[in-house]
Amino acid sequence: MSKRERRTIKPTRVILYMILVMAAIFFLVPVYILIVTSLKSYADVNLATMWALPRHLSLDSFISAWNGDPSKGTIGLSGNFMNSLKLTIPAALFAALVGSLNGYVLAKWKFPGSNFIFALILFGMFIPYQSILIPLMLTLQSWGKAFKPLLENVEAWQLPIYLEWIRAIIQTYIPAYGTIGGLAIVHVIYGIPITTLIFKNYYAEIPDELLEAGKIDGAGFWGLYTNVLFPLSIPGFVVVIIWEFQSIWNEFLFAVVLTNNAAVQPITVALNNLAGSYIVEWNIQMAGSLLAALPTLLIFIILGRYFMRGLLAGSLKG
Amino acid sequence: MHWRLNRDRLIAILVLLPSIIAVLVFIYGFIGWTSWASTLNWNDMLPIPKGSLFPNTNSIQLDNYIRLFTVDQRFQIDLRNTIVFTVFFIGSCLAVGLSLAIFLDQRIWNEGFFRSIYLFPMAVSFIVTGVVWRWLLNPGSPEAPVGVNQLFANLGLPFLQSRWYTNPEALYFTPESPVGQLLTQIGLGAVTTPNFGISIAMLSVVLAAVWQMSGYTMALYLAGLRGVPDELREAARVDGATEFQIYRRVIMPLLAPITLSAVIILGHISLKIFDLISAMTGPGPAFATDVPAYYMFDTVFRGNHFARGAAIAIILLISVAVLVVPYLANAMRTEVRR
Repeated sequence: MSKRERRTIKPTRVILYMILVMAAIFFLVPVYILIVTSLKSYADVNLATMWALPRHLSLDSFISAWNGDPSKGTIGLSGNFMNSLKLTIPAALFAALVGSLNGYVLAKWKFPGSNFIFALILFGMFIPYQSILIPLMLTLQSWGKAFKPLLENVEAWQLPIYLEWIRAIIQTYIPAYGTIGGLAIVHVIYGIPITTLIFKNYYAEIPDELLEAGKIDGAGFWGLYTNVLFPLSIPGFVVVIIWEFQSIWNEFLFAVVLTNNAAVQPITVALNNLAGSYIVEWNIQMAGSLLAALPTLLIFIILGRYFMRGLLAGSLKG
Repeated sequence: MHWRLNRDRLIAILVLLPSIIAVLVFIYGFIGWTSWASTLNWNDMLPIPKGSLFPNTNSIQLDNYIRLFTVDQRFQIDLRNTIVFTVFFIGSCLAVGLSLAIFLDQRIWNEGFFRSIYLFPMAVSFIVTGVVWRWLLNPGSPEAPVGVNQLFANLGLPFLQSRWYTNPEALYFTPESPVGQLLTQIGLGAVTTPNFGISIAMLSVVLAAVWQMSGYTMALYLAGLRGVPDELREAARVDGATEFQIYRRVIMPLLAPITLSAVIILGHISLKIFDLISAMTGPGPAFATDVPAYYMFDTVFRGNHFARGAAIAIILLISVAVLVVPYLANAMRTEVRR
């Protein structure tokens, strides 16, 4: 309507940008305080000047949060950070694979009742996990009892030093109460609804004709999946893996209930303990928070487009 | 449509089967277990005999529930807090999200940059959010303010200072106030107590939660706005509508389904909120920021009141189901039609 090349700037535009900038400041204030505090030296850290910029850049707080402080008897977050990686990466990959297969069946191999089953699965996305938490804990504890003889056996193995990693992997991933493997399985199971939903919607967009052509060429269930669907689903996998990575990395309730000792706890639980402790200074809590936030923030910055798609898929509109 | 079982269709069902079993056991079976446990006299550490799912104890029917709703002060405060949190959280997220989306829809220079800033908190854990906002909203003392109180003092705006989440008070209509007297006259005198008020401390938690989730609402609305065809706006402009009228009369009705989705998603998050409370405030002064999800965790895993915790969990589940099931049923119906 109006001419685009207007020289004068309308006052409404100025107000608009002012509002947008003020909103941006609101969202960035916590980031400012996190970064500023984390980069201050010990001499510089003072609650009375918490908004001031650091006078000397220093990584003291980071190092302390990462390694802990033996003089105060605090343990660093490095181990918990690694626990989170050991938990999150395999669980996210496995959840994506399960979701992909489920989505494939529910989108392309419908059978009588498959829509009802989809609805049953979908409801699991919304339940408050408190309603399954007690039996879940008891179940994992009983798995722990069942695997105890095996674990004792593994403990006694005489392994050459270059095969020690086999023992470590078994001890880490045995599915039980208080192991990373137990927590990982729980995340895969309760991830089924959302991963199935995203993949079902994704595969529904792929035209049936493509599969019909494959069928005429004699491809069966697996042939169609590996030759037709899977090569087309790489973006879908990226979306789901990112989604699962961030939700498992950030998860707290399962982690705090199902891991009982610091050696296996993910970083959210360790950070929560750090924040609840009166002997840990606030600058170290801030540095710890930044550490816990860093992996998912980096993913958001680098792969934001896929992150957005996962977000919007959660709204059922796919 | 004729459906006949063949080899490939059998494989398809077998591939889905483990997930079906997992969902039936770990979701529906466990919910059934929790429901049954909520009717037992099991509020202490009791051994579970081998081969049994429950300890040897008697059923007390709905006593755990009745106790929660009649004598359990903490639970009643929790209900109040959840309602306050849900209303303010959803309301603020919708208002902030919709406004930001409309502003960003005005051919903004570097829109993607602003969008990323509004959205990045979604990528962060509620635990991190809780820890950071605990320090930001830590009031400190009047002489030595901390966090945003200090910022307000530095900016010369001390009147904005507040006790934030340390304030145990609730805003409510006292029986002496005009509204309170009116309520008493029409037989609603029971609501003129703090139990039907707005917990002030809870609003601090709402602030942190809105910081985290309003960008998500913005993204939902922005996706909706981008779906509105330009021809519609053009047609309205030709008819002489102002920009405001176009939003009010043409675009807002088209965004109604998005508002519904957002309410469902934000609603179930707010009913389940646990991580943020846990990291930011815990139960708070006089349970001012306690919620049922936190109470359940506390009473089961710290107090061994298994049946009471199970009852709280089932109440939570029912409240979420009331919100979600009609929505899901509707979504499924349109799905089948397609």
